[in-house]
Amino acid sequence: MAATSQVSPQSYNYDIVKKFTIMSLVWGVLGMFTGLYIALELAWPIFNFNTPEITFGRLRPVHTTLVIFGFGGSALFATSYYIVQRTCQVRLWGELMPIYTFWGWQIAVGSAAISYMLGYTQAREYAEMVWPIDILIAVTWVAYLVIYVQTLRRRSQPHIYVANWFFIAFILATAILHIVNNMAMPVGLFSLSSYSLQAGVQDAMTQWWYGHNAVGFFLTAAFLGMMYYFVPKQAGRPVYSYRLSIIHFWALIFLYMWVGAHHLHWTALPDWTSTLAATFSILLLLPSWGGMINGIMTLSGAWDKLRSDPIVRFLIVALAFYGMATFEGPLMSLKSVNALSHYTDWTIGHVHSGALGWVAMITFGSFYHLIPRLWDTTMYSTRLINVHFYLAVVGIILYISALWVAGIGQGLMWRAFDEYGNLAYTFIESVERLHLPYIMRALGGLLFVLGIFVMVYNVYMTVRKSKNEKAEFEAKIADKMVTAQ
Amino acid sequence: MIADFFNWFTHLENTKPFALVLFFVTFVGIIIYVFSNKKRKQRLESYKNIPFEEDDKDEKD
Repeated sequence: MAATSQVSPQSYNYDIVKKFTIMSLVWGVLGMFTGLYIALELAWPIFNFNTPEITFGRLRPVHTTLVIFGFGGSALFATSYYIVQRTCQVRLWGELMPIYTFWGWQIAVGSAAISYMLGYTQAREYAEMVWPIDILIAVTWVAYLVIYVQTLRRRSQPHIYVANWFFIAFILATAILHIVNNMAMPVGLFSLSSYSLQAGVQDAMTQWWYGHNAVGFFLTAAFLGMMYYFVPKQAGRPVYSYRLSIIHFWALIFLYMWVGAHHLHWTALPDWTSTLAATFSILLLLPSWGGMINGIMTLSGAWDKLRSDPIVRFLIVALAFYGMATFEGPLMSLKSVNALSHYTDWTIGHVHSGALGWVAMITFGSFYHLIPRLWDTTMYSTRLINVHFYLAVVGIILYISALWVAGIGQGLMWRAFDEYGNLAYTFIESVERLHLPYIMRALGGLLFVLGIFVMVYNVYMTVRKSKNEKAEFEAKIADKMVTAQ
Repeated sequence: MIADFFNWFTHLENTKPFALVLFFVTFVGIIIYVFSNKKRKQRLESYKNIPFEEDDKDEKD
């Protein structure tokens, strides 16, 4: 049986949660704006301005690093530090170490972005950081693990709530992935260049074992941890089935590690590896949908909240996109479908239905729940939360539909033959056709970016409101004391 | 003896079915554990209320 709480909420470490929350929004604005800018570059190459630092090749990893690690990573630090304290009813372990994880992470993200613009990269997808930054990340991550485990060990609650299982799996798996994927030999002690330990197809395999598990453990398992706390809290009812959460947790953990090779269909990779990855990708549909069903069914009996509460809407739409993206993913992992979709913009659309629809939406919803509690007030404007919601949803739909059109069209053009067996289209014809979908994609991105600007304004005003309320309260107390004297 | 074991382990035709059986049996074990006992069911499902326990505390404070 669950135990009763013993620690006063006043003794929780909310300061570190606030820091990570604010930085998550800062990186979110910068990263999403960079994404919009490179979308404009693809539609109108004039935006490159013949300046190497801001060309697509350099800004693309800036965009992915800022949104995945800056926005997503900081959001995970913030929410995991909050959830572990609230569900274990104990203060976060350590005083200096959490602060170290904050600065370690922010310096890593900031210096990675600057180094890419200056042209320093190790050219591994979602792991472009040069080796000194990799070492900083590894040390910071170990500190994160120590803090988390120590906090769990000191818990007042006998049971470890399921959200923490997802966070622990995410922290452990990310540590293994990061270290193995970044094993390299620096060219010199004062050089930022290095050689990867693996070569050829083994190197490709390692990169996509990392790449897909970054999606699986960083962008899925960890955000499910977020979902398992904030959906029940905002809905005001416990999660639909705790036993389902146990089953889908273990199934997800068992299956994810095997699927990375589906990024390398029709390459030098052995055929059996490819088939194995595709098979496990199909199997993954079950645990993924297990999580989605568990989250959405939490609202069972309180569906009216979808109409009345914009925060619940954020969370439930996030789960709907999670379900959609985790159906599309296994579909694209089939070799025959992949033959059409690979190297096209369909993949980019798929990634964004997960990244914007699932990761960003669940984060926004969680933050709208979290921020008023951290600053002990209410959100400045519910109407602005609604505005943000519709901007984000319309933005995502425009984005992914544009890239379905672009990607499927591209794939069909590349494989079209005329009656003599020659290619029906030149490559440049397929590029020209992308112009309109690229403009639509940029428009979708613009709406999404506008949405986060609205959120930042709303959060800023909420924090200001909290400070004013505090000042008013203190003035009243002082007044009363003077009157009493 | 240990060398033989390591040698056996390096052959994919051995390790692949071994891993399959190991993971499958473990997973089936978890399913049986979770769904087989009524008392255990009640205990496991009671954990879903953990996020709400601090609410009472907040109100008291």
